Amino acid sequence: MLEIKNLHAKSEDKDILRGINLQVNVGEVHAIMGPNGSGKSTLAHVLAGREDYEVTQGEILYNGQNLLEMNIEQRAAAGLFLAYQYPIEIPGVSNKYFLKAAMNAVRKQHGQPLIDTTSFLKLLKENMQLLGMDKSMMERSVNEGFSGGEKKRNEILQMAMLQPKLAVLDETDSGLDIDALRIVADGVNTLRGPDRAIIVVTHYQRLLDYIVPDQVHVLAEGRIVRSGDRTLALELEDKGYGFLETHSAAASAAAV
Amino acid sequence: MSTDNALLEEYSQREYKHGFVTDIEADAIAPGLNEDVVRLISSKKNEPGWLLEWRLKAYRHWLTLKEPTWHNVKYPPIRYQDSIYYSAPKQQIKLNSLDEVDPRLLETYEKLGIPLEEQKALAGVAVDAVFDSVSVATTYKATLEEHGVIFGPFSEAVHKYPELVKQYLGSVVPYSDNFFAALNSAVFSDGSFCFIPKGVRCPLELSTYFRINAQNTGQFERTLIIAEEGSYVSYLEGCTAPKRDENQLHAAVVELVAMKDAQIKYSTVQNWYPGDADGKGGIYNFVTKRGACRGDNSKISWTQVETGSAITWKYPSVILQGDNSVGEFYSVAVTANHQQADTGTKMIHIGKNTKSTIISKGISAGFGQNSYRGQVKILKGATNARNFSQCDSLLIGDRCGAHTFPYIQVRNTTAKVEHEASTSKVGEDQIYYCRQRGLKTEDAVNMIVNGFCKEVYDVLPMEFAVEARKLLSVSLEGSVG
Ligand SMILES: Nc1ncnc2c1ncn2[C@@H]1O[C@H](COP(=O)(O)OP(=O)(O)O)[C@@H](O)[C@H]1O
Ligand SMILES: [Mg+2]
Repeated sequence: MLEIKNLHAKSEDKDILRGINLQVNVGEVHAIMGPNGSGKSTLAHVLAGREDYEVTQGEILYNGQNLLEMNIEQRAAAGLFLAYQYPIEIPGVSNKYFLKAAMNAVRKQHGQPLIDTTSFLKLLKENMQLLGMDKSMMERSVNEGFSGGEKKRNEILQMAMLQPKLAVLDETDSGLDIDALRIVADGVNTLRGPDRAIIVVTHYQRLLDYIVPDQVHVLAEGRIVRSGDRTLALELEDKGYGFLETHSAAASAAAV
Repeated sequence: MSTDNALLEEYSQREYKHGFVTDIEADAIAPGLNEDVVRLISSKKNEPGWLLEWRLKAYRHWLTLKEPTWHNVKYPPIRYQDSIYYSAPKQQIKLNSLDEVDPRLLETYEKLGIPLEEQKALAGVAVDAVFDSVSVATTYKATLEEHGVIFGPFSEAVHKYPELVKQYLGSVVPYSDNFFAALNSAVFSDGSFCFIPKGVRCPLELSTYFRINAQNTGQFERTLIIAEEGSYVSYLEGCTAPKRDENQLHAAVVELVAMKDAQIKYSTVQNWYPGDADGKGGIYNFVTKRGACRGDNSKISWTQVETGSAITWKYPSVILQGDNSVGEFYSVAVTANHQQADTGTKMIHIGKNTKSTIISKGISAGFGQNSYRGQVKILKGATNARNFSQCDSLLIGDRCGAHTFPYIQVRNTTAKVEHEASTSKVGEDQIYYCRQRGLKTEDAVNMIVNGFCKEVYDVLPMEFAVEARKLLSVSLEGSVG
């Protein structure tokens, strides 16, 4: 489903991603871990097509298509979804309106008819119940005045409504208490299925107790320095990112 | 630089949708302004002597005034002697039904998307259509008459209700008020007159569509609305103008009078031709709008959505005379390309427990310059007066500007005045977020801008809010992507 080959990306004056290789097959859940500043969010944004980053080398194939040639909204319509680490506020635009506009925008791109209000509201109600969200959230402006946890839940609600093929969750767990974490994880697990893939970016292994990944990758200084199964996450938690430094140095040396 | 940013910078590329000229013969007088012209205008309208005298006084006073320069707008000198001060479509003025109206005129309205017929049927709105300077179609008169509501062309009211006109004309905006008001008082062509009798809730929303047509003709509308004790009226004003190369002067005066327990809601969606992408052409809109809350518990609300004009100079104000009276000002002003707007309000608190609310939303794109200028004045006797002002500016791109000039004067220590101001940019991250959810850049910007204006849309009459949204997206169309 997703194949990243030797991906290099930089912001205006800084190389951030320095040769990422990653393959995610349909039906899989991958976790990406790594210390702050290692490039996890940058990778997520490069996948989404954020224009602040320039891809200088490498390629990304998404269902056989060259992802880098698609613009942001085309990627979205092709089923790529990013749950933001820092969701954006849009004052004056109700959450409900935004959700419907997003769903219809995707439909429009596919030349499909717009969703009718009844089906939309039914779907919305179901998903909100699943995520334990209060009805009043829908009338409020997108993310405005939301608590950290509410914002994250709202991202998952959008994901649940849009039913993406590839969902990238960027630190959706941070700022959530344990109950909220469980609810969000349930939401993600509901999406899990043979025709989708999920990339979970996280700082802590805690989330992976609830969303059990098929593979875990550790990102450090813009490279994947280790890949493994779940136990890698546990090992990280045990030893901290510090233990990576030696590995990271070795990996850098190996990569040169 | 990112594509979004580049797109935002192109935001000024907006085409005026309503730019066309209707080919109706106009009866115009030669350009220039002097006492004879004032007399001619008055005689063309067969006006009584007192009105001519009033016009002449205004004209003589105007000669002593200097064009104001305190505003934050720049334009080449207006050559008043090159303007034409009277023009009327050559056709029968007395009409019984729409069938009698020049079909080309109706066509014009249809092109504008405001077919009179449909409006009458669908919205239940009485339309007093002002085409150039003379009203040509008046509808729904019967329903209004049943309720004793007078609504029609100003020039007609002068003959039919001279006492009312005489009593109230200039009582809120005296001819000596300012340069443009004096000019208007001397040469005003026509406008609307509206009188709601005691205790009557006007059964229809009253609407007027203004339109500048004959070339080089300054427009000098004069509107007067009187709401008697305990009455209510909602008045809608909307305008569009055909495309032009020359700047056109527009100096309207609107006076509102609300007596005890009366309410006037005055809503404007304004879309005069703003000039082309290079800033050429466009309407100069110098308007004096003021309402007087004469009686206790009266209320006047101004709501405006301004997307047009090369220059907008406009401060709809409320004089809060009666105790417990309420003044409101809700405004969205858009300046794109090279448009300039200096707009805001004045709230003058005189009576006790008077309350005013000001919500101003300025949107600047391209090279647009948007200034909010608001005055809140609490006089000595205005015990427990309250004002809340909120002025938000939204910038699109980085070559436009937003400015805020609040003037606050408080002479009574019991007063409470709050002022909040904010300036924000349509963020690239907001657009990115919307696009990540599948929206196109242009739709994203529209959504963000409409969200910014929400508090104002919420108080617009329903059908006007729909129109305003449409107008805003038309204004922003083609500017992104
Ligand atoms: N737009 C940007 N401009 C400049 N530097 C950036 C930008 N985005 C990220 N960086 C830098 O790149 C590095 C990786 O950031 P990020 O991808 O957010 O890391 P993570 O999500 O792993 O914490 C950090 O040093 C960060 O400061
Ligand atoms: Mg991050």
